[in-house]
Amino acid sequence: MDFGPHLLLAAIEGAVTAAVLALMAAGLSLVFGVMRVVNVAHGEFYMLGAVLAWVVASTLGAHPALGFVAALAIAPLIVGAVAAAADMTVLKRLDYDPERTIVATIGLLYILQQLTLMGYGPEARPVAPPFNQRLALPWVEWGDGGVQLYWPWGLSVTTYKLFVIGAAGAVLAGLWALMTRTRIGLVMRATQLDGEMALAFGIPVERVYAGVFGLGAALAALAGVLIVPIQQAHYLMGGDALLLSFIVVIIGGLGSLAGTVIAAILIGMSDGIISVFFSPTLAKIIATLLVAFVLVFRPQGLMGKPPR
Amino acid sequence: MTDIKTGPANPSRRTAIKTLAGAGAAAASLPLWARYTHAQTAEPIRIGFQMHATGIGSAYGRWYDRTTQAAARLINEAGGINGRPVEIITEDDGTDPKRGAEVVEKFANQHKCDIAYGTLFSHVVIGSAPRAGELKLPYFVVSEGHHVASGMLNRWTVQPGITDVKSQVKSMAPFVAENLGKKVTMIFPDYAFGHDHRDFFSEAIAEQGGEVIAKLAIPPSETSFTKYFAKIPRETEVIYHVMVGPAVLTFVKEMGEFFGPSRPQIFGFIDSLEAVDLASPGLEFLEGTYFWEGMPRYAQPDQTEFDKHYREAIGIDENGASVNDPKDVSTYAHMFGCWETLYVIKAGMEAAGYAGPQDRQKLIEAVEAMTEWPESNEHPQGPKLFNGKTHQVFGPQYISVVENSRLKVVQTAAMETGFYPDEVDYTTQSF
Repeated sequence: MDFGPHLLLAAIEGAVTAAVLALMAAGLSLVFGVMRVVNVAHGEFYMLGAVLAWVVASTLGAHPALGFVAALAIAPLIVGAVAAAADMTVLKRLDYDPERTIVATIGLLYILQQLTLMGYGPEARPVAPPFNQRLALPWVEWGDGGVQLYWPWGLSVTTYKLFVIGAAGAVLAGLWALMTRTRIGLVMRATQLDGEMALAFGIPVERVYAGVFGLGAALAALAGVLIVPIQQAHYLMGGDALLLSFIVVIIGGLGSLAGTVIAAILIGMSDGIISVFFSPTLAKIIATLLVAFVLVFRPQGLMGKPPR
Repeated sequence: MTDIKTGPANPSRRTAIKTLAGAGAAAASLPLWARYTHAQTAEPIRIGFQMHATGIGSAYGRWYDRTTQAAARLINEAGGINGRPVEIITEDDGTDPKRGAEVVEKFANQHKCDIAYGTLFSHVVIGSAPRAGELKLPYFVVSEGHHVASGMLNRWTVQPGITDVKSQVKSMAPFVAENLGKKVTMIFPDYAFGHDHRDFFSEAIAEQGGEVIAKLAIPPSETSFTKYFAKIPRETEVIYHVMVGPAVLTFVKEMGEFFGPSRPQIFGFIDSLEAVDLASPGLEFLEGTYFWEGMPRYAQPDQTEFDKHYREAIGIDENGASVNDPKDVSTYAHMFGCWETLYVIKAGMEAAGYAGPQDRQKLIEAVEAMTEWPESNEHPQGPKLFNGKTHQVFGPQYISVVENSRLKVVQTAAMETGFYPDEVDYTTQSF
């Protein structure tokens, strides 16, 4: 394949990765920002979202679009409720102590993973996309008669992939509006700035924490539902996703939504492009190196605020 | 942290009494559970089954388990081995080489197993076999890897139930070159299993006058594939794929989306789609493509009595899925290896007059002396030829085409097409 079309193809693939990654990392970053909890089980919420999407779609058994829309609504709600319950029964009892919450969420990770293995099984199962039209993409070249359009072999995208990119953008915009334009967002930001003071002003901090933990998990679950028609639901899918989200969150700055989005695009695109033109291993090496550099030269991340 | 918590260090009186009571009960029943120690003839033969219950191999593990339990049940119904019942002792290895070695050790020292058996994934076999060798524990693997016949393992490791990948690949090359095309692009996972395919197939297709024009290695953890397809050269006539793991459906789907209406011929190893329903959404693209099968998943018109018997014993319908749940698709192309291996163990123990762990060496020698097994209820996949020197078995291979989301066998490659010169003689090694 020629360089130009090849680059376009790589960029589209990278954009899909970036979109899903941004959603997931936004959840992780939100939980850390407000609660100062490093949620190691975040990848499992992503996996649960995907698995529940399969459960919902296959129980309904109706038209793929109906099953998918139902999954889009139900799966994040269930996962959010599970996470909020985990917060109230486990994390709250640990007084949100940083070290102990890490250990507790590792425990949560294994519990969720093994329960899924026991209930859902070890197979990778697909969910039919609501729509999936293959769009052949044209490319320009300079021929005899000036600029010409042509359709290179294999250069294509599907409508569903475009939808994933759009949907992730819309959800992130919604999240931004929620955080900056609503009372709920105000309460969350107040809790983030100073929990004790917020409590003194009558903000029910415990309920805010449960809500934030649930919201973070629901974002991961939403990413899971969006990806499952492209990939498949599998009980181990949370592992790699978690690692990438951590990379994104560290580069972007823990707790900063804008930084998370920028870092997700950076990592997603570079992964797509570097792994096409060089090797996938090099893409991973560069991502990890980037994390190291960020930690050395800008520990708060690209957009994070230095601790006061 | 300043709050002091009472924990296991300060047991309450109630817990202490409970523990004592438990220990007392165990001591009182000691004569019961120690009764077999001197009556060896009545004691069951213990086969340690190293199962991929969790980890990436778990779909295979579940069906290896069902096959193993079914075969063991039939063996016991027919009077066991040397008049002793067979007991399968299952341990999960997490599809992890390190845990694999620990499991082998546990079989030998804790469970007092007679032999270890049943491992599939090659990295687990390679991680576990040296420990089995040190413990002098016969280790019967069902892994299809070439590592047994290549000589990299030891005299205690045997693969008598399933043909190795080198032989499988070699017997596929003539079909590919004659029917599909001579310019091949290979897509394979970037670790030992994929490299075996790359090396052996490149060699085998060259012998047929063909050529591998591109080799695309894909990292095992990859989840999106379109970016690799861009590297497929335009003049490719055949794509040869051996992807494994949970991302394989994505792989196929994205391959379909990439090529759209104009695809080359496609040949793959069913390893990719074991335990996957061919009618799954996204797999429509596979219509008219070809697959290697170790044993035909869908009952063919010329189905043998042996295949019927085998399906019935495990509980598999004619589509290769569980009779209880048509969505629960088996790993049909591989799991026959468990069944056949257990019957080889039985034959070996009978030939060796196996009475207990002191006869482990005799068992290996007895298996090494075996050569042929005809197609039968014990060997439902087909006739077998065992090479005692390389510890590797050879059998027929099947080539199937996808038609209406089912696999139809189009050619059976005789086992002779997969022969290659011996690379090792384990019988010259000391025990």
